[in-house]
Amino acid sequence: MPTIAPLHLDGHCVAANFIGAVPFFALADGSLHWLDHGGKSADIHDGLLCATRDWQGRSLLTGGEDGKIVRTTSDGGSEILADNAGKWINCIAAGPQDAVAFSTGRSTIVRKADGTLSEFQEERTVEGLAFAPKGLRIAATRYNGVSLHWAGIQAPAVDLDWKGAHTQVIFSPDGNYVVSSMQENALHGWRLSDGKHMRMSGYPSKVKSLSWSARGKWLASSGAPAAVVWPFSGKDGPMGKAPLQLGKRDEAVTCVACHPTDDVVAIGYGDGTILAASFPEGKEATLRRSGKGAVSSMQWNDKGVQLAFGTESGDCGIIDLTA
Amino acid sequence: MSEAYNPIPVTVLTGYLGSGKTTLLNRILSEDHGKRYAVIVNEFGEIGIDNDLIVESDEEIYEMNNGCVCCTVRGDLIRVVEGLMRRPGRFDAIVVETTGLADPAPVAQTFFMDDDVRQKTRLDAVVALVDAKHLPLRLKDSREAEDQIAFADVVLLNKTDLVGEDELREREQAIRAINPSARIHRTERAGIGLDDVLDRGAFDLQRALDNDPHFLDHDHPDHVCGPDCDHDHDHDHDHHHHHHAPADIHDATIQSVSLRAGPLKPDLFFPWIQKTTQIDGPNILRLKGIIAFDEDDERYIVQGIHMLVEGDHQRAWKPDEKRESRIVFIGRDLDHEKLKRTFEACQA
Repeated sequence: MPTIAPLHLDGHCVAANFIGAVPFFALADGSLHWLDHGGKSADIHDGLLCATRDWQGRSLLTGGEDGKIVRTTSDGGSEILADNAGKWINCIAAGPQDAVAFSTGRSTIVRKADGTLSEFQEERTVEGLAFAPKGLRIAATRYNGVSLHWAGIQAPAVDLDWKGAHTQVIFSPDGNYVVSSMQENALHGWRLSDGKHMRMSGYPSKVKSLSWSARGKWLASSGAPAAVVWPFSGKDGPMGKAPLQLGKRDEAVTCVACHPTDDVVAIGYGDGTILAASFPEGKEATLRRSGKGAVSSMQWNDKGVQLAFGTESGDCGIIDLTA
Repeated sequence: MSEAYNPIPVTVLTGYLGSGKTTLLNRILSEDHGKRYAVIVNEFGEIGIDNDLIVESDEEIYEMNNGCVCCTVRGDLIRVVEGLMRRPGRFDAIVVETTGLADPAPVAQTFFMDDDVRQKTRLDAVVALVDAKHLPLRLKDSREAEDQIAFADVVLLNKTDLVGEDELREREQAIRAINPSARIHRTERAGIGLDDVLDRGAFDLQRALDNDPHFLDHDHPDHVCGPDCDHDHDHDHDHHHHHHAPADIHDATIQSVSLRAGPLKPDLFFPWIQKTTQIDGPNILRLKGIIAFDEDDERYIVQGIHMLVEGDHQRAWKPDEKRESRIVFIGRDLDHEKLKRTFEACQA
């Protein structure tokens, strides 16, 4: 049976993650909490809006209502990478070669490791950012589609158009697909080789959490009373195929996190419950029996034996599968 | 967290450039009322008050699905409200200031159509500021100024010191002709008791029409304003606003249709209101009604924005209340005769 080390914090957890082996919890109030031989904390933002981990997993990148972009390492040391006082930093993404992208309003700014910046303007507000797995290519969602830009190369943007408001965006691990979540309870995907559209709809609510399986053959999503897992192994992606529905309960799935090595997904629900389900066969195990608030963030450690989780009400913790 | 389940009230301030929105906003933020406000503005502009919770956002209209006017929301509000509501302990209410040219419908629809926003907040009222001096010109040259009045629950006829009493009455008639159910207040420098603009519960089915016990009575020839008529009679003891004829300055394209009938049959009324709003939704800006159903001891309240309609039982009819159904539609190109005929056909 898994054991849970609870961590009771006061506030909405935006990100639960691991830096190296150290679990970190970033709260909306701008405080950061980590467990390294005892609980530690620091206030790094006046209001934290977004967080992600760098590609090597050595630091946490955060953006806030204070306009700052902050990098925090596993010892808790933090460095301000950029400061746009007065602007909300709505999105942040980590890329290869230690690049960081963030957005404020209609601008996307890519910061390379050497500190050089390149800026891209959209016609509408940027709602989501993601780097392609190779090369400094950034995807930005906006109204009516996704824009793809190369950072540091003079090249026109590639527009992936689809009518409606797009929020989050994610590349498949092989770089062949871009998938966005929409205001309209659906996902939309594009195959980059030929721009072919993929509509993934039928969700009862907005999709706020997306996670690729270890080898990129499955895409897990929230937004339904089960984790909806789309097959991407065929050449047409999920087109014409039914998704798996794992961990079906009378409660909305609010967060999904695929295991780093095995075909298993951790599923977090609105009541704070966390299950693990294997795919495609759908065997389930309970990792956490409910809590105070909806699960808002989850991340496995690199070995896949610990799961850090955070909730909207601040009852966070670590689930350990080895104990 | 318990705060998350206590929806935060949201007040929307509309009004043309120069109508006094910023003045009112500064008063809301500076007066000693013991409440904390988060304010969402289009531009920081001239807000003179130091407030940590002023958020700038670009108005972003998102059309949903089919491009229908009724299915537009404000994408920036969804994003900002979601951010604010992650730290709900910081403020007691939200004020959204729109630009002078803004269409109020997407703002209001956001609070009904987006599940996350709807779960955490409640639209309290739409307040329109009107510049008393320039209203006739505005109504001539701008559809937006008209929309803002049509959409409002509360209208502040501001800058009353710049015009005379006769002109003020004309302005009130013009406003009343566009929107017979709004509360009108005369103000100078947006000076008004904040209770009259904040926490109105104008979209709360339990409260909405109780604020106005004489809902639509002002249209009625027999109505005599009493002390509980909380409307535009601060200075206007002659009640000129009872006249139906639009004032001359009203070039407006918006009209209102007020209907009355006896008790209705629910199995006729519900299909009727559905069909009416489905077909005429794009033309209907607001609708409000108190419905008496046959063999039902409770008042039923309906309200709507374009195609969005909601309704609920409110309370028992009082012994001395006339069991009558009243409904008002505010919009463009409304077919008065057809609405009247089909509404009356729902009678028991």
